[in-house]
Amino acid sequence: MDYKNIQTICPYCGCGCALNLEVIDGEIVGVLPANDHPVSQGSLCIKGWNAHAFVGHEDRLKKPLIRKNGQLEEVSWNEALKLVAKNLGSIQKKHGADSIGVLTSAKCTNEENYLLQKFARAVIGTNNVDHCARL
Amino acid sequence: MITEIRDKVAEQLEKLDGIVALRSTEDGAAPYLFQQGDNLEELVMNPRYPLSKTASKLQKRFKDAKLGVVARGCDVRALVEMAKRNQIDPDRLVVIGVTCTSEEAEFCFCAEPAPNLDQWSGSTLIGEPVPGAPPNPIVAEYAQIPYAERWAFWKAQFTKCHKCFGCRDICPVCFCEACALEDPLWVEPGLLAPDFPMYHLIKAQHMTTRCVGCRQCEMACPADIPLTVLYDLVRQDVAELIGYVPGADINEMPPFTLTLADAAIESDLVY
Repeated sequence: MDYKNIQTICPYCGCGCALNLEVIDGEIVGVLPANDHPVSQGSLCIKGWNAHAFVGHEDRLKKPLIRKNGQLEEVSWNEALKLVAKNLGSIQKKHGADSIGVLTSAKCTNEENYLLQKFARAVIGTNNVDHCARL
Repeated sequence: MITEIRDKVAEQLEKLDGIVALRSTEDGAAPYLFQQGDNLEELVMNPRYPLSKTASKLQKRFKDAKLGVVARGCDVRALVEMAKRNQIDPDRLVVIGVTCTSEEAEFCFCAEPAPNLDQWSGSTLIGEPVPGAPPNPIVAEYAQIPYAERWAFWKAQFTKCHKCFGCRDICPVCFCEACALEDPLWVEPGLLAPDFPMYHLIKAQHMTTRCVGCRQCEMACPADIPLTVLYDLVRQDVAELIGYVPGADINEMPPFTLTLADAAIESDLVY
């Protein structure tokens, strides 16, 4: 029997609201606002209030999938990344670097987002970089 | 007073499986289930959270556990309303009641800052009860607004709503798994601000015999809508018209909950 709240930052956008994840016996069951937090001051938007919902959701992808003969099949990360690299490379060669865009995510850390824009600019060669939190 | 609360919690933990209270952490404070062996120096009283709701959640999850809760006046009133609706089992809950200070009562415009523990066996009251604070002055100001202008007042307020459902999610007496606010029959999905006045009046109507005046909804509202002005007025009307005071008496069933067997047929209405 165990119940606690773990304070974290909402993964959904760039505001940086704090929220408490309610955890019962290791399972995240809900969200409470962080009442003393200087950014969110005890309030959340509808996304923050539901930020726990995807963590244990049955539809969440846990392994990379590649469609083979019309069926999605679980594959290793190596195989998935090789396919992505091969296809991005051939698209870049055939249609030019600006035919590719990179969408980053508020669910990633600053460092991961930095790496992704670097990958877009230095590896692919495009400035087409955007972010879900800017929508 | 905090030392007295911690001592009482330590004493009760020898008899109970756990006690719901606030725990301070590096990042702030949040509800926590204290058990034997936990560091009670971490038990704090602020910032407020609806601990009655946490107690209900844990009672449902741990059906055999005997729990305690550190509760302020509004928490105890919420526990009463939840018990009436089978969301709290009073026989499995020990209340450690804590009085609010005059400053806290004034901040909340709270008429009953001391918990009423008469109906909670094995419970303890910590702190000296202070008198109730004066009501929210905005309620009296609002009462002076002519009826024709009240619509415009609320329309301006509710147009700010982000529809975060925070007022519902934080509310210590909201518990329905299927919520009318998410039912397309009553509230058209995808509209921001939500339907006026349907969305907010459904919430207000559901609060008529439940709202215990804890003000958590107002504190959680990112749009600063004065929700408790509306609920205070509704509560006043319910008290005047049918004499029902939410949170006062655990044995008095809410007026909207009655069975045909209980209902005396005294109406002059012709059907």
